[in-house]
Amino acid sequence: MTPKIRLNDVKKSFGEKKVLDGVSLDIAKGESVVVIGGSGTGKSVLIKCILGILLADSGAIEIDGEDVTHRRASEREAVNKKFGMLFQGGALFDSLPVWENVAFGLIQGDHMNRKDAKAKAIETLAKVGLSAEVGELLPVELSGGMQKRVGLARAIAGSPEIVFFDEPTTGLDPIMGDVINDLIVSCVRNQGITALSITHDMASAKKIGDRIAMLYQGKLIWVGDAKGVDASGNPFVEQFVHGRAEGPIKMQVRR
Amino acid sequence: MNFLAPIGAVALAFLGHLGRLVIFTGAAVSHCVRPPFYPRHILRQMIDIGYYSLPVVGLTAIFSGMVLALQSYTGFARFSAESAIANVVVISLTRELGPVLAGLMVAGRIGASMAAEIGTMRVTEQIDALTTLSTNPFKYLVAPRLIAGFLMLPVLVLVADIIGVFGGYMVAVYKLDFNAGIYLSNTIEFLEPLDVISGLVKAAVFGFIIALMGCYSGYHSKGGAQGVGTATTNAVVSSSILILTFNYVITELFFGT
Repeated sequence: MTPKIRLNDVKKSFGEKKVLDGVSLDIAKGESVVVIGGSGTGKSVLIKCILGILLADSGAIEIDGEDVTHRRASEREAVNKKFGMLFQGGALFDSLPVWENVAFGLIQGDHMNRKDAKAKAIETLAKVGLSAEVGELLPVELSGGMQKRVGLARAIAGSPEIVFFDEPTTGLDPIMGDVINDLIVSCVRNQGITALSITHDMASAKKIGDRIAMLYQGKLIWVGDAKGVDASGNPFVEQFVHGRAEGPIKMQVRR
Repeated sequence: MNFLAPIGAVALAFLGHLGRLVIFTGAAVSHCVRPPFYPRHILRQMIDIGYYSLPVVGLTAIFSGMVLALQSYTGFARFSAESAIANVVVISLTRELGPVLAGLMVAGRIGASMAAEIGTMRVTEQIDALTTLSTNPFKYLVAPRLIAGFLMLPVLVLVADIIGVFGGYMVAVYKLDFNAGIYLSNTIEFLEPLDVISGLVKAAVFGFIIALMGCYSGYHSKGGAQGVGTATTNAVVSSSILILTFNYVITELFFGT
């Protein structure tokens, strides 16, 4: 069966720095995969290469069997319609009210009329636990947790087939983080969405992922079942999962 | 030979920058003429550039006209050529001062604001978000600003010309005791359509440059607040230099012998 997303030996460098050094991964339809790894290991770059925001230097990225590796985002509108994305900082349009943020893809991408798009936006806001009144506020008037929820609503409003979550719980308190995790799990399972998430938060990774992959020095050094991550047998994964300073992963700290 | 390395690095960086600007300009212009268009955004930008810049451009124009009349009088009186003041005021304003001063004022007001807004959108990933929502950032952000700048600067300059001539008239008539009728007839009699047209062509080019450099600087901003600040400075400085450069080029094209 053709995987929903296939990465085959994807490489990406910035100048001399190799950020992705031969990443290969298959993600099946309806599966939720979480990529973990330290800061600056290329997790966000990986997602941006799949989205077409960055172009991979070599390798292949396939969506439903279609090679999209060297197509810029502007050249692959049809493929992009399959995507939704929750950005780390929300990336809400601060000049637009919340409902228009949520309905943005429906109005601009699908050319839905504003009245219907607003109704759909309010319906989607309800799915993430926000009232219609919140729809009239500007993003700057929302708390961090509410901004994440609006970002999630925007990501799923267009009924995407694949959703990317970039650090969905970063900057939130543990309770709000768990609320977001629950929302992600329910949205992904209820709508049969394929999900690719990146996070440092192991509690979140174990909750939202079916499988977990660890990125280190541009390579996926371990891919396995989310339930088995605590007993992976891989010293790099174990150090990361338990958050130990001592281990094979050396942080570059200037003393 | 090591001393050549930094010179080469600067030259390469400049050429890289120039190449990116040319590619950006080509992409931006192509999106200005290809659908879909965003009329609401174009209108919003036209109001922002045209209507909200009127006070600052109007003030600049009226004081420029007043100073021009006063300076011309003190200089021309030495040669008993006071009657030429009306001609000097109107020709200077329509050909040069109107478009250049309006261009520089709008570059400071609008170019900086465009760079800051788009730069903030860049560093907060809002531009990436546009892409993921099947919206081309060039069409949505850049094209409306370029179209509005290109269309609104000539309108602003036309208004500035009228206000500037009025400023000169005020000083000439109420301070220097010129005859109002003769001053106005001199203004109209010696003014040729080409004087106004050349100024409006300059204004259209300057409007395009201001919007282009504002969008380009913002679009390529990096980092956080500092990156946005640098983008804003770059937008104002580069558009001001380009305005002065293209002012000479267009003047040469219209009036060069």
